[in-house]
Amino acid sequence: MNRYGPRTLLREIIMIAVAAVVAFPLYVLVNLSLRDPRDGSSVIAPTTSPTLRNYADAWREAGLAGAIVNSVVVTVLSVAVIVIVSAMAAYPLARITARWSRWAFLLVMLGLLLPFQLALLPLYQTIRDLGLLGTLWSLVLFYSGLQVPFATFLYVGFLRAVPREYEEAALIDGAGPVQVFWRVVFPLLRPVTGTVVILNAILVWNDFLTPFLYLSGSDQQTIPVAIYGFIGQFVSQWNLVFAGLVIAMLPILVGYFLMQRHIIKGFAGGLKG
Amino acid sequence: MVRGPVGEVTRPTGPGRLGAEADAAGPAVAASGRRRRVRRAYAWFLVPALALYSFVVLLPSVQGATFAFTDWDGLNPTRHFIGLANFRQMLEDPAARGALRQTLVIAAAVTVVQNAVGLLLALGVHSRIKSRNVLRVLLFAPAVMTPVVTAALWKYMLAPEGALNGLIAAVGPDSWQQNWLGDPTLALCSVAGVVVWQFAGYSMVIFLAGLQGIPQEVYEAAAVDGASGWQRFRHVVLPLLAPATTINLMLSVIGGLKLFDQVWVMTQGGPGTATETLSTLIYKNAFQLDEYAYSVALAIVLTVFVAVISGGQYRLLHRGGEAAR
Repeated sequence: MNRYGPRTLLREIIMIAVAAVVAFPLYVLVNLSLRDPRDGSSVIAPTTSPTLRNYADAWREAGLAGAIVNSVVVTVLSVAVIVIVSAMAAYPLARITARWSRWAFLLVMLGLLLPFQLALLPLYQTIRDLGLLGTLWSLVLFYSGLQVPFATFLYVGFLRAVPREYEEAALIDGAGPVQVFWRVVFPLLRPVTGTVVILNAILVWNDFLTPFLYLSGSDQQTIPVAIYGFIGQFVSQWNLVFAGLVIAMLPILVGYFLMQRHIIKGFAGGLKG
Repeated sequence: MVRGPVGEVTRPTGPGRLGAEADAAGPAVAASGRRRRVRRAYAWFLVPALALYSFVVLLPSVQGATFAFTDWDGLNPTRHFIGLANFRQMLEDPAARGALRQTLVIAAAVTVVQNAVGLLLALGVHSRIKSRNVLRVLLFAPAVMTPVVTAALWKYMLAPEGALNGLIAAVGPDSWQQNWLGDPTLALCSVAGVVVWQFAGYSMVIFLAGLQGIPQEVYEAAAVDGASGWQRFRHVVLPLLAPATTINLMLSVIGGLKLFDQVWVMTQGGPGTATETLSTLIYKNAFQLDEYAYSVALAIVLTVFVAVISGGQYRLLHRGGEAAR
């Protein structure tokens, strides 16, 4: 079992074949995005004379530059708010055992159960009445509230395993509660903060329906909305569309490959709670 | 000495309590007062989160629940209470019944296939193979991609003149070529297949974390006892994977029930209503048909299904996991 025998080799071959099947659409994607639209050869054959024309055209037509900036702004702001308010909320929920605290915890956890579709329409109307439709603020507000339950859940679970000695010592030394939290407790939460950041950043970055609703009719777009409009506009020009898809995919894939260890650990570990 | 609520002082080892040692330190009445002030200060820490959460989730959910019992179209200033009429309409509405059926089918198919594939992949990369680290990163990659982007890619892959039929033309008989998304009997399977393609790696990663948590000695003990490979898997590995299985099944059921992006990009619920799900129907009723109240009623049905199925699943698996131990 511990040696690299023929069975291990067989397993290796099967797994590489499976990975090739999984990666096949991505090969087609890149292959066609590099191909001149008039090139009629089989989609499977590697492109003989690759061109970056499609990329230049897609970049011009899809409005991806603005969309990428918007996606970054929305993701960074939302994740920052989620981390700050959820970490703060988790602290009393984890440390105080009075009855109100337990009830507050249950109330927040209720949010894990409610699908956002239920709140979607009434919230849409409230956002409209506040005049926030078409602004990035509406998205930041939405994600910040929507993700409080899950982030708080992760923070509370982690905090319960953190010993209180550091906080006690800091309090005895005369530090104020706010200082104790930000200087002593919050740094101790770093591992779980990493998980919260990763899971929420990917969720916010990839979300389509929310910006599709809240930004529709305005000139603001995030990447998924821009891509959705782009593929609708150039339905059958697949070489162009594919170049757009590659550009849209690039930021998250680069981020993923740079931090794959942390990201995979975040997805696997954050959900253990 | 002033004491807190009874439950608070009599439990000596509750998980982290502020003010616990106010009792231990007899003369520290002043310290106890300070502790209460500290505790009150920390109560304020809840306010921003609760405010955001109430504004975005709680209040609109309650509002949504009440709109479902009215005839509001979302535009008209007046609305009337009409009781359960929206829900009764749903029972007779073929679109709603079809959407419910398709939602359940797709959630069930995705849950079963995605986790079976995910488990096999996890077993595959949890071994001595040399490519395991590369494969892990590669197989998980689709899970971080934007569903709108992957769905657009697959819309082409599955088109009549697309790459899948091109591949079939190159290796197999022409009769295997299909109109994957245009054929009403195939479209739902195709959509489910795309979801599995994207998220099987996600299940794999969670199963893998479970597998890595099983100590090597457990395998060895089972091997010494003469258990075959299958027996080891069935009676040792699978029970110990129960927590990972629970999480995976919950995630894929909830994801499957709420599925929207992939359907919207690839088929918009079509051909006909073959791939209509509750989520696409909710969207259409609210934003295209101005059937606002009806749409909220559909959302309530979705909520109930998500809560009942995932809750029931959790209890069932939890009990199963406990029994296995």
